[in-house]
This record gives sequence, C-alpha cells and structure tokens, in this order.
Amino acid sequence: MAEKVLIIGSGPAGLTAAIYAARAELEPLMIEGVERGGQLMITTDVENYPGFSDGIMGPELMEQMRKQAERFGTRIVSSDVTAVDFSEQPFKVSVGSDEYTADSIIISTGASARWLGIEGEARLRGYGVSACATCDGFFFKEKELIVVGGGDTAMEEALFLTKFASKVTIIHRRDEFRASPIMVKRAVNHPNIDIIWDSVVEEVLGDTLVTGALIRNVKTDEVTTFNADGIFIAIGHVPNTKVFDGVLDLDDTGYIVTEPGTPVTSITGVFAAGDVTDKIYRQAVTAAGMGCQAALDAARFLDETT
Amino acid sequence: MGQNTITVTDSGFADAIASETPTLVDFWAEWCGPCKVMDGPLNEIAGENSGKLTVAKLNVDENPATMGSYTVMSIPTLILFQGGEEKQRFVGARSKEQLISELADYLQ
Repeated sequence: MAEKVLIIGSGPAGLTAAIYAARAELEPLMIEGVERGGQLMITTDVENYPGFSDGIMGPELMEQMRKQAERFGTRIVSSDVTAVDFSEQPFKVSVGSDEYTADSIIISTGASARWLGIEGEARLRGYGVSACATCDGFFFKEKELIVVGGGDTAMEEALFLTKFASKVTIIHRRDEFRASPIMVKRAVNHPNIDIIWDSVVEEVLGDTLVTGALIRNVKTDEVTTFNADGIFIAIGHVPNTKVFDGVLDLDDTGYIVTEPGTPVTSITGVFAAGDVTDKIYRQAVTAAGMGCQAALDAARFLDETT
Repeated sequence: MGQNTITVTDSGFADAIASETPTLVDFWAEWCGPCKVMDGPLNEIAGENSGKLTVAKLNVDENPATMGSYTVMSIPTLILFQGGEEKQRFVGARSKEQLISELADYLQ
C-alpha cells in the first residue's frame, strides 16, 4: 500500500509538515536523513524563534519538534534517500535497497554548507578544515584561525570562534562585506579579529593537520602563505537536491522551483518547503511556515484525487 | 546515554582500548547536536554485537588529554581500537547502516 504522504528531510519544514499531516490523519512517513534535524542541529542559541522568550538551543528545538511530530503518529526512517522516481503515481522513493511508494511527497531536504573545492580542503576536513564553528570551535583553544567569507554566517562564525581562538582572520574576496551592518561592526571592532580584503584562499596547507593556507590577492595576484591551525569555510549554502536533479525543475543554482508563494513544484502531488526551495529568507520560522503550507496543500491534493 | 554502551575517561583509557575485542570510542559533547543523533544507532549496534564489539563514550569536555593525544578536531568522531591500536576513524554523523557496513571487517 502506498503511503498517503511521504516527507523527505527533518528540519523545521519537514517536521512542521509532519505535525500537520499527522493531525490530518494522513499517517505521514518521514525519511529524516542522517543529518537529522538539519542546520539547527549545528546552531547554539536560537533567539528569534517565536515562543521561546529566553531563547532555545537549536538541537533542543529540533528534538521538541520531532517529539511533537511523533506524538501524532509520524513514522520515521533514519536514513538518506538514495533515489526517487516521480514519473508516475504512486511516486517511488528508495532508501538503499528499500523502496517506499506514496501518493504525495513533501521535499524538505534543506541546504548544506558550500565548500571552496580547493586543494587540501576535503583531505583535511576534520583535521583543521571545518564549516561549523559551533561544532568544532572547541578544538581550537588558543589557536590561530582563518574564516573564509563575507556574509552574516562568516561574521557569526568569526565572532563565535574568538571564544576559543587567540586570533581569527577573516579572508574575503571583495573590499567590503555583504553581512548586515550590526554583524560587520561587531566583527570589525573585535580586538582578536583581523581582516584580509580582496583575497581568496587557493589551497589549504598541511600534511596531516592544517598548517595554513595559500592566499592570493585578487587585485595584485600576489600569493602568500598564511599560517593558521584551522580554516572555517563560511561562503554560503547549496540546496540538497542531488537526487532530484533531472526529476523536478531546479533553478540554475539547484533550488527546487515552486509556484511563487506556494510549495507547488513542477510535478503535481510533489511539494517542496524550506531552504531547499528558498534562497531569500532561509529562517527556521519561514521554513516551518512553508512546511505547514505543504502539508495543507498535500491534504487538499489527496482529497481531490482520491 | 544508552544502556549498552560504557563510559570511558582519560584515566584508564589505555586499559579500556587494550582488548583484542574491538572497542569503538565515540568522542562526543553535550553541546554537539550531531553527536546526539549517534546515540541511538550506537546503543543499538552495541546491543546487537554484544561480545564482538564494545562501544565506549568519551566526553571531550571532561577528557581533554585523550582528545589531544588522538588529535580529535571535530565531533562526532568515532575511533575503532583493537589491542590498543587505532584501526579506523570515522569523522561526522552517519546512519546505523552505514556504520555497520564500515565496521563489517570487525563484526564477524
């Protein structure tokens, strides 16, 4: 028997969709993924999610949402989806050798950190290369670090890392940050944060551990070696849509295309919510709102077709 | 913490990993979200492979010496020891199935 609603991904969008679908007695099945809970699992204090006047820790918020979804009967599979076939009803979703079928699908696979794709980066990941200050900052007490990027995430990471590191150097390819003024001010005024403008990292250096990076000034083309014990990459995110490539309409940066203001994708009965389709707002609360929309639209779709 | 796993600390770490029965050490911390994700799978793997594999948890906040001597720089990190030697290392959260297949050589 096909599932009525199958939800892929378990961040705020997916779990909100699950809560609504479960309460509508659609008995949702959620393939939560290995990186369950999404980006909030690697966030510390969440201070802007309504309803928590003293703030809440990201992992705690996700645990609460998950319990709420389970309370109404959401069933959860803790693996990654490996393939999908949406060419005919019921839709097929594979998790390794297990195949699930469903009358409607809600995609909420979110986005992941973008990497530079330079020499040494992948090899030294976990050995000084990281994309998550809150996860790995602890391991760099009294060390010197590089943060690559110029947006809010880069500023946040740099500021967070000053709790541990003796010095943080932000390397940015332009001569100004695109981060919000308040974050830029905090970073620029911080005594332990230096900034190198107009520069890109060409290579991460180190044999078994990071020892530094090759930095190229984009205006002069001068290449220098910069010594550091760790390098944090904060250059934005990429949507997790690899398994949907060629299946659904994606835009040129890989985001799932939906009808404006709705979770409706290019395939009837397949809906998308949260960061996997949103490159503008990207907030926990907007993702949750989109998850709600997706569940309500899926319910309406099932009503009309069955 | 799972009922099938044991807790190890800096003191006595060498003894804990000396066994010829493989010991999988989970380096974790309270503030690490992805570490929590691993709790369930690790407890299940420990329960299902009782006698073949010991699963031990090491809190990095409380045990800096071990963390330093094995240069753990990201968590969750899992290190498989046998006879006191590091055999395999896994950095980052993964599914139970993935971990079982990666550990296959040691679970026979």
